[in-house]
Amino acid sequence: MKRYFGIYGGRYVPETLIPALEELEAAFREVLKERSFREEFDSLLRDYVGRPTPLYHARRLSTHLGGAKIYLKREDLTHTGAHKINNALGQALLAKRMGKKRLIAETGAGQHGVATATGAALVGLECEIYMGSEDMERQALNVFRMRLLGAEVTEVPIGSRTLKDAINESLRDWTTNVRTTHYVLGTVFGPHPYPTMVREFQSVIGKETRRQILRAEGRLPDYLVACVGGGSNAMGLFHSFLKDDVEMVGVEAGGKGIESGLHAARFAGGSVGVFQGCKSYLLQDDDGNILGTHSVSAGLDYASVGPEHAFLREAGRVRYTYATDDEALEAFETLSRTEGIIPALESAHALAEVMKLAPGLPGDRIIVVNLSGRGDKDVEHVARIKGVRIG
Amino acid sequence: MNRIENLFRELRQRGRKAFIPYIMAGDPSLRRTRELVLLLEGCGADIIELGVPFTDPLADGPVIQRAAERALRRGVTLRKVLQTVAGLRKKTSVPIVLMTYFNPVFRYGLEAFADDAFGAGVDGLIVPDLPPDEARDLIRVARRKGIATIFLLAPTSTEERIRLVSRATTGFVYYVSLTGITGAELPPDSEIVRMIKRIRAVTEKPIAVGFGVKRPEEAKAVAEAADGVVVGSSIVRMINEDAEGLQRYLRSLRRAI
Repeated sequence: MKRYFGIYGGRYVPETLIPALEELEAAFREVLKERSFREEFDSLLRDYVGRPTPLYHARRLSTHLGGAKIYLKREDLTHTGAHKINNALGQALLAKRMGKKRLIAETGAGQHGVATATGAALVGLECEIYMGSEDMERQALNVFRMRLLGAEVTEVPIGSRTLKDAINESLRDWTTNVRTTHYVLGTVFGPHPYPTMVREFQSVIGKETRRQILRAEGRLPDYLVACVGGGSNAMGLFHSFLKDDVEMVGVEAGGKGIESGLHAARFAGGSVGVFQGCKSYLLQDDDGNILGTHSVSAGLDYASVGPEHAFLREAGRVRYTYATDDEALEAFETLSRTEGIIPALESAHALAEVMKLAPGLPGDRIIVVNLSGRGDKDVEHVARIKGVRIG
Repeated sequence: MNRIENLFRELRQRGRKAFIPYIMAGDPSLRRTRELVLLLEGCGADIIELGVPFTDPLADGPVIQRAAERALRRGVTLRKVLQTVAGLRKKTSVPIVLMTYFNPVFRYGLEAFADDAFGAGVDGLIVPDLPPDEARDLIRVARRKGIATIFLLAPTSTEERIRLVSRATTGFVYYVSLTGITGAELPPDSEIVRMIKRIRAVTEKPIAVGFGVKRPEEAKAVAEAADGVVVGSSIVRMINEDAEGLQRYLRSLRRAI
């Protein structure tokens, strides 16, 4: 299994964790070959997660934008409400097979934390979730959901108090409890084998999409669009189409605009560095310290991006752009009103790009956008932004 | 030959062990760091480990995390730490090892960093998030300048890792005494001794033990098996909380080791 994607990736972690990563890689390689694992995982994806998720032709949105035909890959309809569950379940099953007693995870928006807590409850493992204090405030509902599921939620009050600090704290916990604990990293990031393993567990999104669009349209789509925080929903969608003639767009969080410095657009505003286990693009200052980030969506509010995305960008295979907070909020409302679907603020970034892209395309062009999560968790936050008091 | 290798050779001949205190550069100020290095040397330090502040120190416990935050707030950077070492070289030739996370070095540029570190009089590097598997480029540029690249082993290390790390390391092997972060609780002596024996079975390079050593009794027990003892978090804490007791504490560690 290769450790690098071009020059990106690697395994930049303390020595204490190297044997655990080697053990994890070996176990992962083993289950890839094992039919019983595949069967167990697939049956859970079907009966528990609710897969395959629909590929829905958004007619009113398409008409509203007046251009390309838009399909939504409905990851928001999965159990727990986001694509995160695909990976969390895969890793929970793997950890159980490895004989681990405890799962830990970082979470930003709370979706990965909820998914991991769910996986832990399902397979019967202890669970602790690390979350930055700022995110706990933004996503109070998800904090309570995780606790209901039996997980311990630990606040991370240091650094920027967001996702990156939760990852640091998870890595510290893992370093301390590595013999009994599996770290369920939530995205295609971190030390090898995580970027490859998480992509594998998320690749079900693209495999289904391919089948579904062929059935619906008799051909592959012209465009795939997905938001990119760490980049797992995007990799999950893109991976099955990399060899095809399909254009792909990854959408980062533009926050209040690149010039403002308040964003999480690593490709537009960052440079190559080594952070939290791998070499990739990241937002850093001239001295190599990591910069604070900003996004209206906690799930995209992160200083670095999956190494395979850095590679796909360099190879010219995927185009990366960004949507600002305001654009995402507009898309959030547009989808709610035209289709009756409230998207997660993360997914609203992908929709914002579709709103720019679709009107300029002829009506026979097909765009598939990954609706990676549902927006219930964001309703309170959006109300606050709009100055509306609820409850 | 590198100052660190010379030192261990000399200590071995005299049947003595190295006392390796750690401080965070720039905590609370770089001027204080210069004074502290001289103080540490005066209290019998054989090698000084100088931490470079980083925003995301994932191998460090709360004491060193906070020290890094304080130093960063004062604008301390890798470049300024190198200048501080250069300034110190007019006053002392005590071996100085930088403990830095990899990204600041990567951002500096490996070649430029090796040149400047050599020019400043840095003797060695410890980069906790850079295992030898990923360190080929850093090893190459450091070796050209005679700067030691010190790699770490941990209680979880397999025989294969022990061989790989022992081969790659120069200066000494840094054995992380515990599965955890800096400043955590030290495991029983017997575990540490057992691991040191496993490392000695594959290498003659000196072994220093760090992470978790706080009390002089602990330092003494560790020094019986190892060639050197690193003490970090408890010194960093005293610098900030009990500056008056610091000298006495350092001397008691020195006596114990």
